[in-house]
Amino acid sequence: MADRITRADVQHVATLARVALTDDEIDHLTGELGAILDHAAQVSALDTDGVPPTAHPLPLANVVRADTVRPSLDRDEVLGEAPAAEAGRFRVPRILGEAP
Amino acid sequence: MTAFEVASSVRSGERSAVEVAEQHLREIEARDGEIHAFNHAMREEALAAAAEVDAAVSRHEDPGPLAGVPIALKDNLCTRGVPTTCSSKILDGWRPPYTATVVERVRAAGAVVVGKTNLDEFAMGSSTENSAFGPTRNPRDPSRVPGGSSGGSAAAVAAAFAPLALGSDTGGSIRQPAALCGVVGVKPTYGAVSRYGLVAFASSLDQIGPLATTVTDAALLLDVIAGPDPLDSTAIPSPFARVSPTLDDGIDGLRIGVVEELTDAEGIAPEVVAAVEQAAAALEAAGASVERVSAPSTTYGLSAYYLIAPAEASSNLARYDGVRYGLRVDGADVAAMNARTRGAGFGTEVKRRIMLGTYALSAGYYDAYYGQAQRVRTLIIRDFDRAYERFDALLSPTSPTTAFELGAKTADPLSMYLNDVCTIPTNLAGHPAMSVPFGTGADGLPIGVQVLANALQEPLMFRVARVIEQHAP
Repeated sequence: MADRITRADVQHVATLARVALTDDEIDHLTGELGAILDHAAQVSALDTDGVPPTAHPLPLANVVRADTVRPSLDRDEVLGEAPAAEAGRFRVPRILGEAP
Repeated sequence: MTAFEVASSVRSGERSAVEVAEQHLREIEARDGEIHAFNHAMREEALAAAAEVDAAVSRHEDPGPLAGVPIALKDNLCTRGVPTTCSSKILDGWRPPYTATVVERVRAAGAVVVGKTNLDEFAMGSSTENSAFGPTRNPRDPSRVPGGSSGGSAAAVAAAFAPLALGSDTGGSIRQPAALCGVVGVKPTYGAVSRYGLVAFASSLDQIGPLATTVTDAALLLDVIAGPDPLDSTAIPSPFARVSPTLDDGIDGLRIGVVEELTDAEGIAPEVVAAVEQAAAALEAAGASVERVSAPSTTYGLSAYYLIAPAEASSNLARYDGVRYGLRVDGADVAAMNARTRGAGFGTEVKRRIMLGTYALSAGYYDAYYGQAQRVRTLIIRDFDRAYERFDALLSPTSPTTAFELGAKTADPLSMYLNDVCTIPTNLAGHPAMSVPFGTGADGLPIGVQVLANALQEPLMFRVARVIEQHAP
């Protein structure tokens, strides 16, 4: 079904998934993903014309609760586990614009 | 000592919970250096919880059905203030700000949590070798793997570190290690047990369940943890039908089907097939009728699973971005920080699955891979539906072989994935299934037989399992 996975494919997918890979990891994954996808591609052998997809084993309905205030997670406890926090917020590197 | 015996004797005041906890903690301290079932033992917490149970007994209060029973928790179940690592460097040292519903329930029932058990990182694996903190060894033979991903939980029960453990099962991660360690392992119906506080791997497949040395103990634990939970919108809202009351009702007149595709599959050892046939004969002698049944689409379960589970995982594990918890490796901008954090924090198998899932969901491949796998999932469910029109329960092997040597399958991911060929179809269907020990192979290591049932038919499944247990060689 698919063309063989290339190093460039692996690098592209790693960018999409935001995972920094070493050259060695890229080499390994190029071969392994190809072999696993060849096996997984066996699913294409089945005729699924007109068969609906199943995303979930249960017939799910949205669950809502009464709109009343309840205790929630403690903010300081949550922020205490963050790699960096400041003034009651998570601290992250600059996202927008140039450095001042 | 079984959980049932501990709970009965603690409730009656015959034995103290502190004494039971001390005894199990001593075993852990003496022997877990070799086995490495635990990432984190909880001595102080366990003794404090046991003392509370004893205090309740001395006040003539009932501490609950699990009174004083030591229990081990897979380290992907959140415990407030206690490290929850998923055996990953990315969560090393993280202390959750909340506790999983199942943990609240076992504590409320009087159980004493003795520690958090090792697993394949984020529950991805079948040998517990993919742990950032080193592998767990099989207590039956320390040169062998315990199976996975709940290998620490299965080993803890097999080594008598705790009579009970909780694991999670996405494609066989409770049942396969149970089989390899010679204990009972149950994957309940999807939605029967709340997943609140279970660190997500593949949300449409994950389910928490019990590991125990006996079917009766597994029933005791399942009855405590199952049932509706407002904190999990995928938990089934109606009350769970308890399994303990009908455990010994027998199987007279039940129709049992041996699933051909899951028993005759390539790679299943003849001694494992023989065990399934022997278990089937025992069921027949106990009053059931046994026939073979074909469920042809289940042959494609493994392929469909290795598209669906990684796809869901790639989405679920996006949350480990170095912002809210766990590891952060700095970078020039947010994208670089995210990528460097994830590159440093995730192990090889987790990266492989994130990459596989991201690829299967990417533009141009979505329908051919993920979409087709979802349609195959429908066909598998239809095959099971047809089988359950004619049969009350189904039978198959749990694992293709007995426990293999450490390192035997780590070089070839596909050979590792094949361990789950018999267990995966149930997860795709959302049905319950359990593994029961049934004899040993030529190497002297345990074999597990798998009992499968239709959604919410746990009471019936446990009756069958109980008969198999009674006739195990």
